[in-house]
Amino acid sequence: MATVAELFETMEYGPAPESDAPARTWLAQHDGAFGHFIGGAWTKPGKRARPATFDVIDPSTGRRLATATQGTASDVEAAVAAARKAFPAWSRLTPHQRARHLYALARMVQRNARLFAVLESMDNGKPIRETRDLDIPLVARHFYHHAGWAQLRDAEFPGYQPVGVIGQIIPWNFPLLMLAWKVAPALAAGNTVVLKPAEFTPLSALLFAELSHRAGLPPGVLNIVTGDGATGAALVNHPGVDKIAFTGSTEVGRIIRRATAGSGKKLSLELGGKSPFIVYDDADLDGVVEGVVDAIWFNQGQVCCAGSRLLVQEGIADRLYAKLRARMERLRVGPPLDKAVDMGAIVAPVQLERIRELVRTGQDEGATMWQPSWAVPKEGCFYPPTLFTGVFPSSTIAQVEIFGPVMVSMTFRTPDESVALANNTPYGLAASIWTENINLALDIAPKIKAGVVWINSTNLFDAASGFGGYRESGFGREGGREGMWEYLTRARGAKRKPQKEPRVTPPTSDLEPRTSESVDRTAKLFIGGKQVRPDSGYSRVIVSPKGKPIAEVGDGNRKDIRNAVEAAHAAKGWARSSGHLRAQVLYYIGENLDARRGEFAARIASMTGASTRDAAREVDASVRRLFTYAAWADKWDGAVHSVPIRGVALAMHEPIGVAGVGCPFDAPLLGFISLVAPLIATGNAVIAIPSEPHPLAATDLYQVFETSDLPAGVVNIVTGARDPLMKVLAEHDDVEAVWYCGSADGVKMVELASASNMKRTWCPSSGTDWLDDAEGEGREFLRAAVQVKNIWVPYGE
Amino acid sequence: MPDGPSAASNGVPRNTGEPLDLDRVLAIRVNRSAAERRAATIPARRTVKKEWQAAWLLRAVTLMDLTTLAGDDTPGNVRRLCAKARQPLRPDLVEALRVGALAPTVAAVCVYHRYVPTAVEALAGSGIPVAAVSTGFPAGLSPFGQRVDEIHASVAAGAREIDVVITRAHALIGDWAALYDEVRAFRSACGTAHLKVILATGELATLTTVARASLVAMMAGADFIKTSTGKEGVNATLPVSLAMVRQIREYAERTGFRVGYKPAGGIRTARQATDYLLLMKEELGRDWLEPHLFRFGASSLLTDIERQLEMFVTGRYAAAHRHPMP
Repeated sequence: MATVAELFETMEYGPAPESDAPARTWLAQHDGAFGHFIGGAWTKPGKRARPATFDVIDPSTGRRLATATQGTASDVEAAVAAARKAFPAWSRLTPHQRARHLYALARMVQRNARLFAVLESMDNGKPIRETRDLDIPLVARHFYHHAGWAQLRDAEFPGYQPVGVIGQIIPWNFPLLMLAWKVAPALAAGNTVVLKPAEFTPLSALLFAELSHRAGLPPGVLNIVTGDGATGAALVNHPGVDKIAFTGSTEVGRIIRRATAGSGKKLSLELGGKSPFIVYDDADLDGVVEGVVDAIWFNQGQVCCAGSRLLVQEGIADRLYAKLRARMERLRVGPPLDKAVDMGAIVAPVQLERIRELVRTGQDEGATMWQPSWAVPKEGCFYPPTLFTGVFPSSTIAQVEIFGPVMVSMTFRTPDESVALANNTPYGLAASIWTENINLALDIAPKIKAGVVWINSTNLFDAASGFGGYRESGFGREGGREGMWEYLTRARGAKRKPQKEPRVTPPTSDLEPRTSESVDRTAKLFIGGKQVRPDSGYSRVIVSPKGKPIAEVGDGNRKDIRNAVEAAHAAKGWARSSGHLRAQVLYYIGENLDARRGEFAARIASMTGASTRDAAREVDASVRRLFTYAAWADKWDGAVHSVPIRGVALAMHEPIGVAGVGCPFDAPLLGFISLVAPLIATGNAVIAIPSEPHPLAATDLYQVFETSDLPAGVVNIVTGARDPLMKVLAEHDDVEAVWYCGSADGVKMVELASASNMKRTWCPSSGTDWLDDAEGEGREFLRAAVQVKNIWVPYGE
Repeated sequence: MPDGPSAASNGVPRNTGEPLDLDRVLAIRVNRSAAERRAATIPARRTVKKEWQAAWLLRAVTLMDLTTLAGDDTPGNVRRLCAKARQPLRPDLVEALRVGALAPTVAAVCVYHRYVPTAVEALAGSGIPVAAVSTGFPAGLSPFGQRVDEIHASVAAGAREIDVVITRAHALIGDWAALYDEVRAFRSACGTAHLKVILATGELATLTTVARASLVAMMAGADFIKTSTGKEGVNATLPVSLAMVRQIREYAERTGFRVGYKPAGGIRTARQATDYLLLMKEELGRDWLEPHLFRFGASSLLTDIERQLEMFVTGRYAAAHRHPMP
């Protein structure tokens, strides 16, 4: 032991261990062996024989903390049954009664804060400082915030009800915090839950379930089933689950998207990222350095939203690198329970190996690696903070999520180039922007494809602010009002049963010849504001209900879709145009449609056999709907969230981008307008496939669009066989959303195909009564048309 | 500019200053929110316990400018302070800590000009320098010539360190040339005495202004930059300290001159003192934990440190009245 006099000279840091005794006591109370927590009781721990149990390891020592039970299909079955059984009583509680329960959970977390913090640190390897100061306080905050949403549910979400039984699968990087993000809104909305924690880190979830039960949460409301991916798959595929919420890798998210396609399960996914951390040349570089520490050396870099791509303006890059290297030298890596370390252990050997391998790849590809001079502990899963310079977008480590304490750095010349680099990734979870110039910061923030943008800060989280991704970082939001929607569903679905869509048969050869005296009018496709011939060179005959040919339309194919998507992307100015301008265009379309009311009504009647009166009603409803979305165009505002910083979090409603729309067969005009209008009102560009049997109302709209100042490419229409064309759209990697109103098989096809780039899908029931404004228009459509970007803006000079 | 070795300099070359570079000054931007976040995590990321804690607190004692700057100071209480400066810790504590060989004393005694002779006499033979606050302390608004004369007078009276205040108006209206010239004149008046420049950060409004004033003071030849007189509404804080020490770091990297840092005002507890030492070690490194590069300006801090050290020795919570008052 060094003497005080010696330490007076060296001024070293000494050990500062947090006691693990209370956590060990809790483990011992369970004999170090855990079953599942189902219906308010522990199941018997699995037998020692594999694969009934698995070891839970402290990654900083490699020693076993406990064993947990590998959940089987029947365990999942039992848990879902318990949740189902608990659902009626739980969902019938008054909002205030549920609020009391959530409040009790918040208090329970605070009462046991240190136990949770220590256990989490032992299980995951993250520093006690983080669990103590960040994870656990945020968990309590999440339950407090959602006690509020429980209280306000009926007042703030009228007409909505809980979804039912929720299956939740969470990762190992923030075990209890991710539980809170999932469980709090689910319970607040009135759902019951089956949650599977990650197999590396099940302990805090088990402790939480036990203490929740003790805090009076009714049996079956929250069930925990432990296990690996097979357990998760059983949960995902269980028919008794109404919604899946998943946080984890994009790879697994894609599997879940496919597995749930067509099942009717709601889905929210929070997936991987390779988030940019952008530094402009007027930034406070010392502030930036600490930002980088918080971005990539927080939780050993095992953070889905970690700022892991450092983009630096070229002129200041060397200065910043020098500062970073000096700062890295002073970081401390060591035992997670030491109160004076910056980084603890990597979660597991397999993750450590992945990091090593990617770092080797980076070196092999010629990037320059820098690590501090000191060594990490030899025992246990430790990896030093690492900085790569000389990285280019083409480098593997610039594209692949490393999920470790490894920063890769690139330079840019101009703000435009910084945006291009930032968006040069399939992901879109988060971004950090560092500049002292508010004009620049607020110009760049909307241009970054990411669900969360932090100005001069990073990794800020709060229950009041939604968190979630763009692109292949997933969809849905967690936190805030936007997060509550994920756990609610409309109390009254479509009034009508889903429509049986008639099989559209190819025209037969014994069609009657045209008899009309008018000049031949064959509708072409509408792409990029021009009427263009279909690539196929074929057309489709459109017939009346009696089989009489009315007209011919172009038979679109995949190349037409490709062209239409390109035209839609070329119309990106629409997204930046003002709501006022979009409103004017929509009103103008309505005005011009109304002027041709009789003509459109006659067209609808001739195609569908509807009475003149009903056809006229459809046209009138279409004009009304256009007015509705013209009205909304400058009113679908975001929000300013009240977050606990000196600053604001701006929840912006941003258009998703380019959307494919598969229109219902019925209501050929109104169905088309009902889906296209909310999308363009919010700034999206659309490729619509109109009603397959009755496309002429849509093709007649070309002239209306052309006289209404609608910019070229904002609406593109490709006629033809809807579902095959929708498949091309749903598979297209440059289409960001797909709306589809059609058959169950079509829904499944669209949802399956959408997994290629994790596009947002929305499939309103084909039973929707489009004439009913309560069903056919409104906020639900607008919500589906945008995604929420939360921009955190700390301020103060 | 007069230069020369100083007892306090430990052989480190003294900052000579450099020409005022306005571009460099105006390029400084400090993001307050980011600085506050960093300041908040320094005490959370680091802690010292047991022997380490005792060593760090002992270090804090030796970095202290034991100060009395009150209107009711008399020769009597100044002498009492000097006696405490010579023997800041009870001998039995020094014995129990086994640090007798270090013969710990405080770094300096800081008084108004009037009591410089008293303190010099009271500290004779101890090697402890006397610091005088000067230049119209605390507001710094006396006639310029008078302020410079005050420095001459204190140096003549035996003060080896001069704590000057700046004209805040120069910083607030951005007249950096005026500030530079003022500090340059103070430095010149100091001769071999060490110059500590008090920025009165609580009156400079923004961290950016604090950082710019810090750099100008160093360019003009400050040996130390210091936060506060102790008389402003807001005294030393960790965010302000970050803004200042980061300028010290940049200046050292660029010029090779190591300038000292002195937070003052409101530092009353051992825990606060430890936080400042943590900040210095984290931002500037071990080298800056020496009396020629770091001081606390404090009057009541010592008592709390004594109590904490006693607790380390005895394991019992300690009482202030069992330690000799300064």
